[in-house]
Amino acid sequence: MELIIFYLAAVVAVGGGLMMIMQRNPVASVLYLIVTLVAIAVMFVQLNAVFVGALLIIVYAGAILVLFLFVIMLLNLRGEKFAEKRTRLDRPTRIILAVAFILELLAMFKQVAFPGRMDELMVQASPDFGGARPVAELLYTKYLFPFELTSILLLVAIVGAVVMARRDEKDKKRGI
Amino acid sequence: MDLKLATIDLGLIAPEIIIAAVAMLILLLGNVVRRRTILAYFGLFGLVAALLTALPRWGNPASGFYGMVQADNFAIFFKIIFIIAAGLTILMARRYLISHEIESPEFYALLLFSAVGMMVMAATSDLVVIFLGLEIMSVPLYVMAAFARHDVSSNEAGIKYFIMGAFASGILIYGIALVYGATGTTDLRRILADWGFFEMHSQLFLYSGAILVLIGFGFKVAAVPFHMWVPDVYQGAPTPVTAFFSVAPKAAGFAALLRIFTYGFADMSQLWAILWILAVLTMTVGNILAIFQDNIKRMLAYSSIAHAGYILVALTAGGDGAVSSAAYYLLAYTFFNLGAFAVITLIDTRNSSTAQIDEMQGLSGRHPFLAAVLALFMFALAGFPPTAGFMGKFYIFSEAIKNGYIGLAIIGVMNSFVSVYYYLRVVVVSFFARPNKEFEAVSYTPAIFIVLVITAAGTLILGILPGYWLSLARAGIFQFL
Amino acid sequence: MSEYLAVLVFLGVGIGMVLFTFFLARLIRPAHPYKAKNQSYESAEKPIGDAWVQFNNRFYIFALMFVVFDVEAVFLFPWAVAFGQLGLYALIEMVIFIAVLLFGLLYAWKKGVLKWV
Repeated sequence: MELIIFYLAAVVAVGGGLMMIMQRNPVASVLYLIVTLVAIAVMFVQLNAVFVGALLIIVYAGAILVLFLFVIMLLNLRGEKFAEKRTRLDRPTRIILAVAFILELLAMFKQVAFPGRMDELMVQASPDFGGARPVAELLYTKYLFPFELTSILLLVAIVGAVVMARRDEKDKKRGI
Repeated sequence: MDLKLATIDLGLIAPEIIIAAVAMLILLLGNVVRRRTILAYFGLFGLVAALLTALPRWGNPASGFYGMVQADNFAIFFKIIFIIAAGLTILMARRYLISHEIESPEFYALLLFSAVGMMVMAATSDLVVIFLGLEIMSVPLYVMAAFARHDVSSNEAGIKYFIMGAFASGILIYGIALVYGATGTTDLRRILADWGFFEMHSQLFLYSGAILVLIGFGFKVAAVPFHMWVPDVYQGAPTPVTAFFSVAPKAAGFAALLRIFTYGFADMSQLWAILWILAVLTMTVGNILAIFQDNIKRMLAYSSIAHAGYILVALTAGGDGAVSSAAYYLLAYTFFNLGAFAVITLIDTRNSSTAQIDEMQGLSGRHPFLAAVLALFMFALAGFPPTAGFMGKFYIFSEAIKNGYIGLAIIGVMNSFVSVYYYLRVVVVSFFARPNKEFEAVSYTPAIFIVLVITAAGTLILGILPGYWLSLARAGIFQFL
Repeated sequence: MSEYLAVLVFLGVGIGMVLFTFFLARLIRPAHPYKAKNQSYESAEKPIGDAWVQFNNRFYIFALMFVVFDVEAVFLFPWAVAFGQLGLYALIEMVIFIAVLLFGLLYAWKKGVLKWV
C-alpha cells in the first residue's frame, strides 16, 4: 500500500514538474507546480515528516504560488511573449549541467545508506519524528535565535515591498 | 529538549538588537517626525550605541543561544567594519538623496536592517544562521539599489541585483542542504570536529555542498566568474548605495567565507585549487576590465572585483596569518573605498552629473582638498605606501608566500601594477587635464566633510601604524568555545 | 501510516461527491450551446478584449502580506501543540515574533498600501 502511494506520488510529482517546464502559458506552469508540490507533500507525510508536508501545502502551494500568480499577472506575461533567445553556448551548458546533476543524484543514491552518524540520528528519532510537537521542541529551544531572525526577515520583506510599491507625487501626476 | 536559560544571553546580541530596534523606530517615527535629519542622526546614534555595546566584549569570547551566536573577536572585528560602513554611508547619503528627491525614512531603516543581517552573518558558526543573516542583509540591499524609483537604470540595478542575488541564495541553500546531508549538522564546530569521519563516508555530498556554498558566496562577494551583475548594479544604483555595496556586503560575505572555509572546512584539502583559480581569475579579470571603463562608478565596480580577488588570495593561503591579513585588508578597504565613493557622491550630487571620469577635469583647481583626498584614496586603492592599501596587500601577499603560494603572490603583485594605470588616470584627469569648461562647483555639507576626514585619516593611520591594527585583526582569529 | 488511510478515504469521498453532483447535473440539465451563450458574462455588456489584463501592483502587496502571515501561522501550529511542555519562555518568544510582524503590518497600514482607493 505504502509503496503504491509512493509511486503514485512520484509519478505525479515528476509528471507535474515536466508539464510545468513544458507549458508556454506561465499561469498553467504555476498550476502544474502546485500539483508537484502536493505530490511531494504526500511523500513527506510518508516519511513521517508530517509537519514539513503540511508546511509545503500551506505555505508553498497555498501562499507563495498565489504570489507567483499575482506577479505573472502583474507583469502581464503571456505565453507567446517568450520568444526564445538562445546563444550558441546555451545547449552545451544545459546538457553539462543536467548530466552533472544526474551524476550527483546517482552518487547520492549510492551513499544513501547514511552510515554512522545518520544511523545514530535515526535511532534517536522518536516514532512521531517530524510531527508538529518534535519540531516545536527543537524550534523553540535550540533554534530559538534563527526563529526570531525569521521575524526580522519577514519584516524587512514587508518594508521592502511597501517601499517598492508606494506611489508618490510623481506617480500620481503620471496617473499610475 | 529543555530550554536552557543559561544559553540565552541577550548581551551577546545586544548590538543587533539595538540596531534592529532603532531601525523599527525610524520606520515608526517616519510617519510622525517631519524632519528627516533627526531620523538620520537617530540611526547614526543607534550605530554608535551598538558599537559601544560590542566593544567591551573584545577579548572575552562567548557563545550563546545553543551555539547559534558566537560573540568572538572575529565577530566583533567585522561588526566594527559594518558599523563604520553603515555610519559613513548615512553621513554621505543625505545630501545626495535630498538633491535627487528620493530621501525617505525607509532608506535609513533598510540600511540598518542590512547591517543587522551582516552582523548576524559574522557572529555565528551555524550555516542556517549564516543563511538567515545573508537574507536579512540582501533583501534591503535589493530595495536600496532600486531606491531612485524614477530612474530607469536604478530600477534595472535593483532587478538585476535581485535576480542574481536570489539565484545565489538558492545555490547557497542547496549547498548547505548537501553539507547537512553529509554531516547531519549545520554547526561548523561539529563539522570540524568530526571531519575525518564525514570525509570518509560522504565525501561527494560534502564536496559538492562545499563548492555550491563557495559559488553562492562567490556571487555575493563578486568573484569572477560570478561577477556579471556587478558593473550594471554599481553604475545604476544611487551613488551612496553603491558605496555601501562595494564595502559592507563584501566584508560580510568574506566574514562568512573565512569562517566556513578556514574554520569549518579547514581540512578540505583539495579545495585550494578551486580557490586558487577563483582568486587569479577575479584579480585579473577585474583589473583588466577596469582599464577600459570611462564611467568612474563602473571603474570602481571592476576595481572592487579585483579587490575581492586579493582577499581570495588570503582565503586560498589559509591559516591564521592569512585570515588576519584578510580582516585587516577589509577594514582598510572599507576606509579608502568608502572615501573614494564619498568624493564621487559629492560630485554626483549635482543632477547634471553622469559620473564620467572626464568630469573630474579641473577638480584640483576648483576644489583642491577634494582632489587631494581623491588622489589619496586612488593611491590607497592602487596600493602605494604609506597608505593602508599598501600594507594590506603586503600582508596578504607575504602570507601567501609564507604558505607556499608564490605563483599566486606574483600574479597578485603583477595585478597591482596593472591597477596603477587606471587609478592614476583619475588622479591625472583631476589634476593635470586641461578642462574644456570650468568645473561646476559642488557644495560640501559638514557631514560629507566629516566622512572625508574620517576615511582619509583611517587610510593613513592604518597605513602608517599597521602593527596595532594587524595585531587586533590577529587577535580576531576565531576563539571558538 | 494507517491513520492516514482515513485521510485518503476522506479525500476519495470528497472528490467523489463533487464528481457525482457534476454527473447528476449533466444528466438533468438541457444542453443547447450557441455563440452568444458561450460568451463571458459582463453585466450584459459586450466583452471587450480578453481576460489578460495587467494587474495593479497593489495585489502584490496583499499577496506578500498573506505569505508573511501564512508563515506566521505555520510557526504557530507547532508552538500551540507543544506549548504545554515549553511554557512561559515559548510564550515570550512567540510574543516577540508576532510583535515584530505586527509592527510590519502596522507600518504597511500607516503607509496606506492596504487602502484600495
